[in-house]
Amino acid sequence: MATQEILVLTYMKDGSLEPSGLELLNPATELSNQNGMQIGIAILGSEDESIAEECISKGADKVYLVSNDILKTYNSDAYVHAMTQVAAKIDPSIILISRNIEGRELAARVAFRLGTGLAQDCLEVSIDKETNRMLANRPVYGGSAIAIVDCQSDPQVAAIRPKAYEALEADTARTGEIELFEADIPENVIKVHTIETVAEEAEGIQLEDARIVVAGGRGLGGPEPFEQLGELADLLDGAVGASRAAVDSGWIPHSQQVGLTGKTITPDVYITVAISGASQHMAGCTGSKVIVAINKDPEANIFKDAKYGIVGDWENILPALTETVRELTQS
Amino acid sequence: MSIKIAVLAKQVVDPDMPPSAFKIDETLKQVTTPSTIPPVVNGFDENAVEAALILKDALQATVTVISSGTGFALDVMKKPLSMGADELVLLDDEAFSNTIDTFSIATILASSIEKLGGFDLIICGRQASDWDNAQLPLGLAELLNMPCITLGKKVDIIDDKVRVERVTSEGYEIIEGSLPCVVTVSNELGQPRYPTLRGIMAATRKKPTVWNTGDLELDPDTLIPKVQLRDLFVPVNTQECEFIEGEDEVDAAKNLALRLREEKLI
Repeated sequence: MATQEILVLTYMKDGSLEPSGLELLNPATELSNQNGMQIGIAILGSEDESIAEECISKGADKVYLVSNDILKTYNSDAYVHAMTQVAAKIDPSIILISRNIEGRELAARVAFRLGTGLAQDCLEVSIDKETNRMLANRPVYGGSAIAIVDCQSDPQVAAIRPKAYEALEADTARTGEIELFEADIPENVIKVHTIETVAEEAEGIQLEDARIVVAGGRGLGGPEPFEQLGELADLLDGAVGASRAAVDSGWIPHSQQVGLTGKTITPDVYITVAISGASQHMAGCTGSKVIVAINKDPEANIFKDAKYGIVGDWENILPALTETVRELTQS
Repeated sequence: MSIKIAVLAKQVVDPDMPPSAFKIDETLKQVTTPSTIPPVVNGFDENAVEAALILKDALQATVTVISSGTGFALDVMKKPLSMGADELVLLDDEAFSNTIDTFSIATILASSIEKLGGFDLIICGRQASDWDNAQLPLGLAELLNMPCITLGKKVDIIDDKVRVERVTSEGYEIIEGSLPCVVTVSNELGQPRYPTLRGIMAATRKKPTVWNTGDLELDPDTLIPKVQLRDLFVPVNTQECEFIEGEDEVDAAKNLALRLREEKLI
């Protein structure tokens, strides 16, 4: 019989808690409000009690600080091993993991190793009142459809899309327990090794952090127009993004790709130029507060999600838009 | 020594169909497609075939394509053969019909891989364009007790190791794993090759191996879904687009900038 606990599995990254770890305490709290279970969070690679206190203030009842020198840097084999070990010891009813870049590897392996199923890439989780089991709401078919899935096996595991939830406000009056957990990771569990890391990301403001993103698609026809997008982005202190079609054509590096197989962004303003708005692209940007679309096809899918749009030729529109923005921002 | 490579390929509804053709039968909880739009091999799985064939071009290797499902369009599923793969194994049974539950599909595929005597390298697409689960290769690696390296844009075999250039959010990293290993590849690997006329002729003559539940000696209990589909629907869009106009496109662009300023968005 599983314990009455909802367990968030997360880890340290570059010296601080991976940001989606705190986000996950929000859906954990929602689930807890529905089924009355307590909330645990296991943090790999940390012995820092101040981080544990922050987790308690943002929703955790119990914090497990999971230590082992191997966990100081990310290795999928070591992380899967440690996460499974913690989960097996705590034996929770529900496990939440972020579907961030590491979670894309970890969640499925942890679930399978525990002999259970995984609700992948969830936007929302809840408890079914009748069965008392977890339900998850997740986009499928590149975002063209939504599936509601039922977790039938134990523990019930969901991987949550980053930024689907915001971290809760800190409540310093909250109290909780902190437990140290030393992971046992035999050397032979590590079968893959990182030999080299190569960065090719654009300089300046990072795509995920930008308040304004200006993105271009197949309709731009080549790499040069991305320089024009860059000019507008610079004026707005923003970043340049792209659709997969533009990336596959080699016009801009993969690191700038927005969409299902690229980055998920949530800027205040997302300006798209010559992007048709296929569901796979929209999967990466529907969290934008305002979408602005410039496209010559009035039937383009992008206008369904856009708040403001212009139907027309970007070659005429973009320079005029950039000039007006320059006058407005510099006056 | 010849290297045994398996590629997992899935038959999916064409993701490039016009949005107007995309319909869901909410009672059956299935996507329905008009008969004029034939299914395709999942795009990332074609990248996986390409990755295997690149290795086969350089080394002595055999490439076996394995697919689990039912209602296969044989001409569609033979495409990897016409690209240059050696054999095709179809795991075809009503009980293998497309499901959002990855655990049961991974169990089916794992048993076929054992029946085929195992492989040195199993290459998969990063995800299928229907359920977008991106978990089968990882789960399969767990069931087969193999390492798994995801999101490859280049896959090499060096001595008894696989070396993968893995796409990351910042660029890429080079990862090495011991064989046997599961590797998933992404579109960054490059365009899959086109079938040659010779390849198409050879594929026509090749007969796939077809196995069902009995052939795989599967315990039906292992196919009980762990994650079940309760509902499937097309989301409703409530956003209304305000189209900005002007005397001409230049004027409209100016008005757009002014409107965004008015709303304090820029």
